[in-house]
Amino acid sequence: MIAPISRRHFLNLVGAAGGSTAILQTGLALGLLPDTGPLALADIRPIGKTRKRVLILGAGISGLAVAYELERKGYQCTIIEASKRIGGRILTLRRGDEIDEMGYSQVCEFDDQPNLYFNAGAARIPGHHRHTLHYCRELRVPLETYVNDNRNAYTQDDKMFGGKPVRVREYITDARGFMSELLHKAVDRNAFEMPLTADDRERLLAFATTYGDLGPDGRYRGSERAGYKSGGFAAIGELKAPLDFTEILQSDFWRYRMHFSEGGDQAMPVMQPVGGMDNIVRAFVRNIKSPILTNAQVQAIQVGDDAVDVIYNHRGKRHKVSGDYCFNCIPTHFLSGIHNNFSRDYSETLASLERGHLFKIGLQMKERFWENENIYGGISWTSQPIEQIWYPTHGIHSEKGVMLGAYTFREEHGMMFERMNPQERIESAIAQGERIHPGYGSYVESGVSVPWARMNHMMGCNTRWNDELRGSKFRLLQEPEGRHYMIGDQISYHSGWQEGAFASAHHAMNDMDRRVHAELSPSAAG
Amino acid sequence: MLSASRLVLVTVALLVGAPMAGANEAPVIPPDKFVYCTVCHGVQLKGNHVIEAPRLSGMQAWTVEQQLLAFKRGWRGTHADDLVGMEMQPMAAILSDREIEEAARYVSATNSEPPPVTIKGDAKRGQVLYATCQACHADDGNGVEALGAPALTGLNDWYLVRQTRNFRDGTRGNHKDDIRGAQMRAAAQVLADDDAIWDVVAYINSLQSK
Repeated sequence: MIAPISRRHFLNLVGAAGGSTAILQTGLALGLLPDTGPLALADIRPIGKTRKRVLILGAGISGLAVAYELERKGYQCTIIEASKRIGGRILTLRRGDEIDEMGYSQVCEFDDQPNLYFNAGAARIPGHHRHTLHYCRELRVPLETYVNDNRNAYTQDDKMFGGKPVRVREYITDARGFMSELLHKAVDRNAFEMPLTADDRERLLAFATTYGDLGPDGRYRGSERAGYKSGGFAAIGELKAPLDFTEILQSDFWRYRMHFSEGGDQAMPVMQPVGGMDNIVRAFVRNIKSPILTNAQVQAIQVGDDAVDVIYNHRGKRHKVSGDYCFNCIPTHFLSGIHNNFSRDYSETLASLERGHLFKIGLQMKERFWENENIYGGISWTSQPIEQIWYPTHGIHSEKGVMLGAYTFREEHGMMFERMNPQERIESAIAQGERIHPGYGSYVESGVSVPWARMNHMMGCNTRWNDELRGSKFRLLQEPEGRHYMIGDQISYHSGWQEGAFASAHHAMNDMDRRVHAELSPSAAG
Repeated sequence: MLSASRLVLVTVALLVGAPMAGANEAPVIPPDKFVYCTVCHGVQLKGNHVIEAPRLSGMQAWTVEQQLLAFKRGWRGTHADDLVGMEMQPMAAILSDREIEEAARYVSATNSEPPPVTIKGDAKRGQVLYATCQACHADDGNGVEALGAPALTGLNDWYLVRQTRNFRDGTRGNHKDDIRGAQMRAAAQVLADDDAIWDVVAYINSLQSK
């Protein structure tokens, strides 16, 4: 015996099963749920003539943001960066740039053209990443929309249609058509045996019909959404026959990739800086007066009651500096290799975070062949280890373009590429790309590969928190260890995103600001 | 695989380090071209278990040369199951013979606090098993250059466990030209199971580095 449920409960259940976005949107419209609200930027108070020194370990984007904010409030900041490059995992590759991989130093051989660059690290900025956008606005970094999703791109899966690529629009339209037809049938026959009014049923049927582009009889026979087989302009458009639904089910595209662009951070529109993501780094560097020491590798961090002492090597000498506070964006996995006096719990937690194995390939193509296939930007997905290829949004109809030839989310795929040499990686990526675009390899002029877990002074991207650790220890690392703050995307709920790095830096700066002002005016504290 | 209880031990024990240890000893500043060694192996090559990069501080120069050559020749770090070795291998492959000598000089000059004890085994039982090792690695565990048998002291115990397993399982010491590796591979067969490896490493932990 099933307990009867109310009509409202039923509809809500259907809503929950069908995707919570609609419900969320409705809730927002009714003012029931909070939006992200206005940006709560760190409100750091100036410290006047009080001398306060801040040591910033690492010139990643969080470290740069700390220097930028604090020096404006009177703090004396020093940035100590181990590598020769500023920007961490914001890395844009252009002609002549070195790819500083352990054991396999490469030089980027793209043509020297403004639009031939490759964002090997951070690449996308969604509209709700408000710290990132705030800095782009404030530091005058021009942005453009970036196409992150394209129905004209392909999905290719060895388990579907013998590995033949299918246009994403065809797959999604037909999959929706079939699902909608099922829903239509079920509602039509009242298969749910639920207390729906005649009006509810009618509206549900109409919803299914519209959602799946069904015929008036509730059957799916193909849709112009999938693209015409022929015609559509001067001649009448001829619909494609629907794909075989059993093949659609066999493919794993629906498990994740089909819905990739539904993700909160991936949904269109997203943005990119004109000319390369590292324009954000350059803008910070232009606007920071504090010294940024490169090739300065931290050897020891000693957190004391009144100061944090840091020893680093620079130009063949050992230096000791002292700061009132220290902001540290060194990758957590390096701290076990650096002398420190952190508490056991803090050290253990740092040591238990795992380093990720994200991997990207960039390929300079001598022709923008994808444009001849009606593809302007976006992502093609494949079940092969390269996982995805991206078509550049910028430089439309110019002669050449730099494509992303691989971006691996699955660790085993990243590690597979890590074990190859750079030449083998490019060859492998080309062979896989051929399954999506026959003749792919004939367009490749040069390629670069960036395995983040092998990059000098990085050795990983992005930081991996498991749920248990996140639940029990995130706060421990977000809170300061004495006068020492760990920062960066690694100490955020958005690991792998600049927004996580900025949010982490602002959280830490707010905390320090509170303490500094309590020190300066003890009577006003509390 | 490490058992869960042993893993806990490893993490706990590794982190009991002396504050700023090493900072007051005479630290060696790495030559620019070898700074990258410290990225994984840590300050003064003190080791970083998070990256599975072992302590190399003060390793005898001939051992460093021997092992860098083994990596360079593909005797080490090429077996498909030796993922960590494969991470290291390309770094050695780019070194000239002269650079290998320079690297060996640098590595042997580094110093850091002795490696922490992270494993628990039956050192008494390990001492009995060590009889086989002693023939080449010497009774004090400090190695015999003439035999090409490196010191076992001063190394991270977790690294000794991993390498002994690698030898036992044939992921190390399997190249046809690697005669000493083959010898070690044969010798590792006397360690019947993981417990035996833990025991013998527990005994090595009790030996003093020279």
